[in-house]
Amino acid sequence: MAGGIIVACFLVIALAGPVLAPHDPLAQDLGRRLSGPTRDYPFGRDSLGRDVFTRVIYGARISLVSGTAVVLVATAFGIVTGMLAGWNGGWWDESLMRITDMFLAFPSLILAMAISAILRPNLTNALLAIAVTSWPAYARIARAQVLTLRTRDYVEAARAEGATDAAILTRHLIPNAVAPILVQATVDIGNIILISAGLSFIGFGAQPPTPEWGVMVSEGRRFLMDQWWIATFPAIAILFLVLGFNLVGDGVRDLLDPRLRKL
Amino acid sequence: MNLLRYVARRAGLTVFVVFGITLITFVISHVVPADPVVSYLGEHAPPDLVEKVRHQMGLDRPRHIQYLFYLRDLIHGNLGISIMDNRPVSRDLAQYLPATVELSTAAMVVAILIGVPTGVVSALYKDRWPDQVARVFALGGTSLPVFYVALLLLGLLYSRLGILPGPGQLGIYTPPPPHITGMVAVDALLSGSWATLGDALQHLLLPAFVLGYYSAGLITRMTRGSMLEVLRQDYVRTARAKGVAEPRVVLRHALRNALLPTVTVIGLVYGGLLSGAVLTETIFSWPGLGRYVTNSMISVDIPAVLGVTLVIALIYSVANLIVDVLYAYLDPQIRYT
Repeated sequence: MAGGIIVACFLVIALAGPVLAPHDPLAQDLGRRLSGPTRDYPFGRDSLGRDVFTRVIYGARISLVSGTAVVLVATAFGIVTGMLAGWNGGWWDESLMRITDMFLAFPSLILAMAISAILRPNLTNALLAIAVTSWPAYARIARAQVLTLRTRDYVEAARAEGATDAAILTRHLIPNAVAPILVQATVDIGNIILISAGLSFIGFGAQPPTPEWGVMVSEGRRFLMDQWWIATFPAIAILFLVLGFNLVGDGVRDLLDPRLRKL
Repeated sequence: MNLLRYVARRAGLTVFVVFGITLITFVISHVVPADPVVSYLGEHAPPDLVEKVRHQMGLDRPRHIQYLFYLRDLIHGNLGISIMDNRPVSRDLAQYLPATVELSTAAMVVAILIGVPTGVVSALYKDRWPDQVARVFALGGTSLPVFYVALLLLGLLYSRLGILPGPGQLGIYTPPPPHITGMVAVDALLSGSWATLGDALQHLLLPAFVLGYYSAGLITRMTRGSMLEVLRQDYVRTARAKGVAEPRVVLRHALRNALLPTVTVIGLVYGGLLSGAVLTETIFSWPGLGRYVTNSMISVDIPAVLGVTLVIALIYSVANLIVDVLYAYLDPQIRYT
């Protein structure tokens, strides 16, 4: 519940960003650099005199879009792979699931760093790299779902009516397999936002002057003890957005796991 | 017998996966747009020298031949020469790996020390305020940006208050212990250098806490879930009915059984810690694999990047293998699937 409210707030902030933001996220004012929070600049100014409040608002867009984009790509790819493996079985299953295992063996941050370093570090490459390491989880879930659903009566009925494999998969299996995939996605999205901020922080993701939260923390690290507002506000934004998604994920999981609900 | 067959099958799969990992790392490293020869020699190197080095590195051969050479070297434990420091990558890894293992293990201990009690309290007081506090505390761990927390704690406890030592494994005036395992605290303990041990532990405290708190969330969640499951079992009710004291019921009867699934999660968490160490090491100037890999990626040092990625993926796969085998050992149902 609380998680839903937090996520909804961030969604509003991200959507209404340009209206809510009082200033230009890139406008510099070197004369008043590092000045603390005031009424017009509630989060203070950074080392180039930019408004931290405005930049945090714009950062919400970047983080939400990043998280959603990665999850969408990963689920799409994972569902296709998992369904192909589970539906066709045999050789398909063995080879696709072994490939999945290989990608699952890579710690996501390391592989993401390697990919984004090699392909030139920027946000798109970082997100691509995170997607490459996130899809195996969805492939496994989708496969497991297909294996349990394929023997259901309604699948048999559809087949008896002469439905093609493709039709059965898209019309009957995917809609019924979606719940656990959704749970995984909500749990994942917070983690993805965290990883992409971390990648940006060490310079393998979004690059300055992008108002991305990880970049902002990195830019503010030198001033953390004196001009604390530069790094702290974006860090708090990361904390709340990720916490929001984690709370939602927790809630959805409890809701869908009847064993836990009974207790 | 069944267990043995399961272990053999699972180990065979791991070998296959490791083989695939070498292929993936190789492919990734060879789509690199930056020319490693140029980044090694500098942009103004004479063309004939560039050709010569290219030949030395084997980069003028067809891709599949390069991969076979790579595999052959790998089997001999040869991971190539680092472009950055001109030393064998295997030697670099041997030098940097112990620091990472030390940090991850310490973080693991922290994660267990935080995670298990929090999970137990959370389960005992389900849906009451201690449970809510414990869950928020655990979720906070998985939601906090590690890099900011590390910076903040370092700034406060070291720069401002001077309670804890700064970055690195040892203070500059502390004599390093003799090299035995490469893990500073362990070496100090083994050689009986108590002053060094104290200093090493103080340096370890903050990074291990930062890294461990992150993983504590997962352990809390697992412990809570399995405690709830176990607490409603008949044998717990029997123990209570017999008049066994509540702390003993919780610790001896419930927790012991509830910890089984948690133990298996710990292997997975350990793999996660190894990669989570990257961010932590960068901030704490910890001379481990994380810092090594960051530096080699910045200078497009392909043999080094390949080596680290491979070693970490290897540790990860072996950890997974151990977890699966452990699980099969603890839960006979698994073996037949």
